[in-house]
Amino acid sequence: MSPSDVSTAPPSDTDIPCSSVQLTVNGTAQTLTVDNRTTLLDALREGLHLTGTKKGCDHGQCGACTVTVNGRRINSCLSLAVMHDGDDVTTIEGVGTPDALDPMQAAFVEHDGFQCGYCTPGQICSAKAVLEEIRQNVPSHVTKNLMETIPISETEIRERMSGNICRCGAYANILAAITQVAEGSA
Amino acid sequence: MKTFTYEKARDPAQAAALAASHKDAKFIAGGTNLLDLMKIEVETPAHLIDVNGLGLDTITPTQDGGLRIGALVRNTDLAADAQVRRDYPVLTRALVAGASGQLRNKATTAGNLLQRTRCPYFYDTAQACNKRTPGAGCAAQTPGAVSRQLGVIGTSAACIATHPSDMAVGLRVLDAVVETILPDGSRREIPIETFHKLPGQTPHIENALQPGEFITAVSLPAPVGGAQSYRKLRDRASYAFALISVALIRHPDGSGRVALGGVAPKPWRLQAADDQLPNGASAVMATLLEHANPTAANAFKIELAERTLAAMLAEE
Repeated sequence: MSPSDVSTAPPSDTDIPCSSVQLTVNGTAQTLTVDNRTTLLDALREGLHLTGTKKGCDHGQCGACTVTVNGRRINSCLSLAVMHDGDDVTTIEGVGTPDALDPMQAAFVEHDGFQCGYCTPGQICSAKAVLEEIRQNVPSHVTKNLMETIPISETEIRERMSGNICRCGAYANILAAITQVAEGSA
Repeated sequence: MKTFTYEKARDPAQAAALAASHKDAKFIAGGTNLLDLMKIEVETPAHLIDVNGLGLDTITPTQDGGLRIGALVRNTDLAADAQVRRDYPVLTRALVAGASGQLRNKATTAGNLLQRTRCPYFYDTAQACNKRTPGAGCAAQTPGAVSRQLGVIGTSAACIATHPSDMAVGLRVLDAVVETILPDGSRREIPIETFHKLPGQTPHIENALQPGEFITAVSLPAPVGGAQSYRKLRDRASYAFALISVALIRHPDGSGRVALGGVAPKPWRLQAADDQLPNGASAVMATLLEHANPTAANAFKIELAERTLAAMLAEE
C-alpha cells in the first residue's frame, strides 16, 4: 500500500478526488474529508485516531477490523468511508472502557480470551453481534432446523465466529468467554 | 489503489445511464469483492457509482406465486427471510455456506452474482491471465500450476477459473431470473441459466450484461417443493470457497434437480442429468460431468461430487 492510500486529509495534489462524509462514531458526530480511496478502517484509525480497530489482512479475511455499522458487524477494511455518509458506527472504543467494561470484554479478560490481543477488538465486536444475530434467529451453516428458534450453542458460536482469525490460537478461551456472556444474558 | 471519482446514483435508470456514459465506471454496492480487487489493482475503475441508496432491498411476492428479491437485499437478510427459509430452503442453505457473517451483512444479491473468480492467477498481477488481460495466456494451465481449486468442466484452453458463488448455485437449481434495466431505460429478464457465460476464447466476458446494464432484482418462480439441501465440501469447515458443492431438490417420486458449485465457470446444471436422478448419483454425474476436462490436481472433484450426491441421496 502506498502512503497516499491512507491519507484522510485533503491532499495537496488537487487531482486526487476527495469527498466529505458525515458519520456518527461511538455517539459522536464526525465530519471528515477523505481521499475517495480511504476505507472506513483507515478513516477510523488515521482520521479519527480510534486505533482500537485493527488492520490485519486488509482484505476481509481475518476480521481484526470488525466494527458495527447501524447495528451490524462488517469488515471495515472492505468498505469505503464515503459509502457511510449518515451511518452510525460503533468501534471497540464505544463498546466499553477500562473503567466500565462491557460484559463481553470482562468475559474475555476472565477467560484469557487472547494472547497478543491484536485480534481482540474485532473478536469482541463480532462476538457481541453474533449473540444478537442468534437472538434475531438469523440462520447459520450449522443451524439444523430453519423453521425453529435457533438455540445458542457452542456449535453456532464457532461457526458464526469463523470470520475472526486468532493467530495465537486462543479460540477455546474465546469460545468460553462468549458462551459465558450468552448464558448470562439468556 | 488507483484514484477514482465517486457519485451516488439517484435511481436505477440513472445508475445505468451513468455507467454507460463514463469510461471504466463500476457500480459499487456491498463492495466486499470489488474493493478487495481494487486494492491489488486487478480492478481499476475510474469512476464508482454507489447504488446503496436506491432501495431495491425488499423481498416481495410476484404475481405468479414466486418472490422478487431486490438487487440490494443483503445476503444475511435473504438467508434469514421467513418465506425463503420455508419455501426455498436450498437458497438459505447455499447463502449461509458462503463467506463470513461480516461479509454476508454487506454482500448483496446482485453483487454476489457479479463477484469475480478467486483463481490465484487472476489475483496475481504478475501472472498471465486471459480474464484480466485478453490474450495474455493462462498461467493456471502451465506445468506445475496450482489448480486444486479450479474448474473441471465448462472451462477452456483460455481459462479454467470457477465462479465462486454458493448463492448462485442455489438460484440455479431454483430457476431464478435476473431482472435488469439498460442505459436506454428498457428492462429485460435473463434466466440464471444463461446469465453467466462460459469462457471459450473470451474469458473476460463473464456474464450476459451489456455495458451499463444494471441488475434491479432476482426473481424466483413459485415454490417447487421437494426436499431441498445444499452440501459444500471445502478444505476447512467454515469460511472457505468450495472444492465442490451440490444443491439438490428431490421429490418423493425420486425426480428432482441437481446443480454443482466449485467445478465450472457458472453454476453447473443439465436437464439430462436431472432426469437421471431416479437412477442414482453415478448416473447423474456420468451425465452432468460427462465432458469434464480436469487437471491432474483437481480430477478428484469428479469423484468427490459423485460421492457427495450419493451421501445426500442416502440421507433422505
